[in-house]
Amino acid sequence: MEKVNKFVIAIYVDNKSGVLTRVTTMFTRRGFNIDALTVGETESPEYSRITICMSGDGYAREQMLNQLRKLVNVKKVEILEEGTAIKRELMLIKVKNTSDSRSDIMTAVDVFRANVIDYTPGELCIEVTGDPSKMDAFVRLMEPFGILEMCRTGIVALERGANTLFYKK
Amino acid sequence: MTLTGAQIIIKTLIELGVTDVFGYPGGQIINVYDALYEYRDQINHVLTAHEQGAAHAADGYSRATGKVGVVIATSGPGATNLVTGIATAMLDSVPMVAITGNVPCSLIGKDSFQEIDITGITLPITKHNYFVHKIEDLADIIREAFVIAKSGRPGPVLIDVPKDVQMAKYEYEPKPVEEKMDLPKADESLIDQAVELISQSIRPYIYIGGGVAGLGMGQKIVDFANKIDGVIGSTFMGLSAVPTDSERFLGMQGMHGHYASSIAQNEADLIIGIGVRFSDRATGNVKKFAKRSKIIQLDVDFAEVNKNVKVDLGIVGDVEDAVCRIFDKCEQKSNPDWMHTVKFLREEEKRFEQEIEDANECKLSPKQVLEVINANKPPRTIIATDVGQHQMWTAQYANFDAPRRFVSSGGLGTMGFGLGAAIGAYVATGDKTVLVTGDGSFGMNLNELVTATTYNLPIVIVLMNNGVLGMVRQWQTLFQHYFGKKNGLRGTF
Repeated sequence: MEKVNKFVIAIYVDNKSGVLTRVTTMFTRRGFNIDALTVGETESPEYSRITICMSGDGYAREQMLNQLRKLVNVKKVEILEEGTAIKRELMLIKVKNTSDSRSDIMTAVDVFRANVIDYTPGELCIEVTGDPSKMDAFVRLMEPFGILEMCRTGIVALERGANTLFYKK
Repeated sequence: MTLTGAQIIIKTLIELGVTDVFGYPGGQIINVYDALYEYRDQINHVLTAHEQGAAHAADGYSRATGKVGVVIATSGPGATNLVTGIATAMLDSVPMVAITGNVPCSLIGKDSFQEIDITGITLPITKHNYFVHKIEDLADIIREAFVIAKSGRPGPVLIDVPKDVQMAKYEYEPKPVEEKMDLPKADESLIDQAVELISQSIRPYIYIGGGVAGLGMGQKIVDFANKIDGVIGSTFMGLSAVPTDSERFLGMQGMHGHYASSIAQNEADLIIGIGVRFSDRATGNVKKFAKRSKIIQLDVDFAEVNKNVKVDLGIVGDVEDAVCRIFDKCEQKSNPDWMHTVKFLREEEKRFEQEIEDANECKLSPKQVLEVINANKPPRTIIATDVGQHQMWTAQYANFDAPRRFVSSGGLGTMGFGLGAAIGAYVATGDKTVLVTGDGSFGMNLNELVTATTYNLPIVIVLMNNGVLGMVRQWQTLFQHYFGKKNGLRGTF
């Protein structure tokens, strides 16, 4: 079997109601799985930008691109390659706050350049921004202290340099 | 001029050249029916017995002509009854526009009487669909829907119009009809690669599908086969694209296909697929499909290339243009060994068929039924079918003399498709129309007999009544191991 890779897809769509459903329905219909999804405004009020992380082999990658391009409301689709794209994610994570663990947690927050955004005698809420692998590492680090709840936004990504989805240098 | 939304719908359809629509009225589409009555001298409405029949009629109308078929239904059950018809059109790439009524915007989302989210339901079975929020957008949405339905790879588009939009008033300005979008032309380098593959081939097999059925390029394909000294085989959907009696035409291949056509495809060293999607019914196990062959795939839809079968060369865009350019650049070839093999396969096929005929204990064999139809049908007769064994027998033995003469549900395999589709095909063309059906399929939508008699449509119905769901039975005996093998019989109907 061909190797399964993770990749990030940037999709420009018409900013109309129901378009997100059209995109996600296509994934369900063709049997692809979405690992993470973000959607939001762009520089133009006419368009929204959807960023999807999915994993699959070369066949899935090709099919997914082709089927996306066939949707009427999809204006532009591109895979953002590992080396040439900047990826960021935001995570809020609530961990147990005890006198034994507090200083270790604060050290980790420092090292990861995270922020404590809520503090009670029993819990700490931390905001982390960065590459998804940084999030994963931070989560692993917090596990022994007791994660109460966490929430990740999914990736947003842009190409490095002057390139944009519509303009290539 | 200021018109109501309902009037704008009908006026825009007339503007787009629509002369016939199929449908069934209901509470949330009443205004559109008022408008249909008002403009009855410019547009003909055919009332069917059931919305599903109307959808199949619009589909048959389109298959027989290439025009966009139009079906109108009310909200809720009217809309859901279209679903099978829309999916049938989607799977066979038939251009169709479905217009449904819905409850007024103020009642949307409240589970109101006969309210259903039909755009949500039909999302995966339409090329695109619309919910019209504002009357300002109505006419342009209808125009855009027609362009989408007929452009590129055709397909169904649904427009859901809430009642308040039908009743609102707005300025209507006619616009010139937008043609379908231009297809990209293949790169010259790809044409050269195709020509190179053909020049190396000594056993070429031209494999045509639904993508060429409607293009009227049958003669070109026959000329192409003559020039490269190859044979032509077809998918189910490609039938009637070239005349059945063409010397180089081996008929349908695949699971239900002709022996010679299927074996020749397997023996070929080059398959030139034109407008085919290599469906599972045509290929069987893709890992074992055409192992010894190189494959060229020409298709209007880029997503079809490499979807089901990995090909050696994909050419996307204007298929007719690409075939003509390849034809012009190809050298005249001669493959006597290949022709010898094909001749042998054809003789074997004849022998097998004779054995089947000899073993037949019934008064009539399916082949005989089709032979009677072939012998008696006037030129340009349309043959519609339902789905099942009768359909495959028709695909195997019916003679087609012109494109768009075979109206049958391929991809979705919709039992109950035939009568509605035959009605649509007859309304569209006025040509002699024969429906070949079976006792199972006919029972599914025989209510459309009411439509055929009401409108006095002279459709010849040939019903192959073998008292069994023959294809289910065939599968049970071939693929499944049931202890009660005789249980496929339905007994009395």
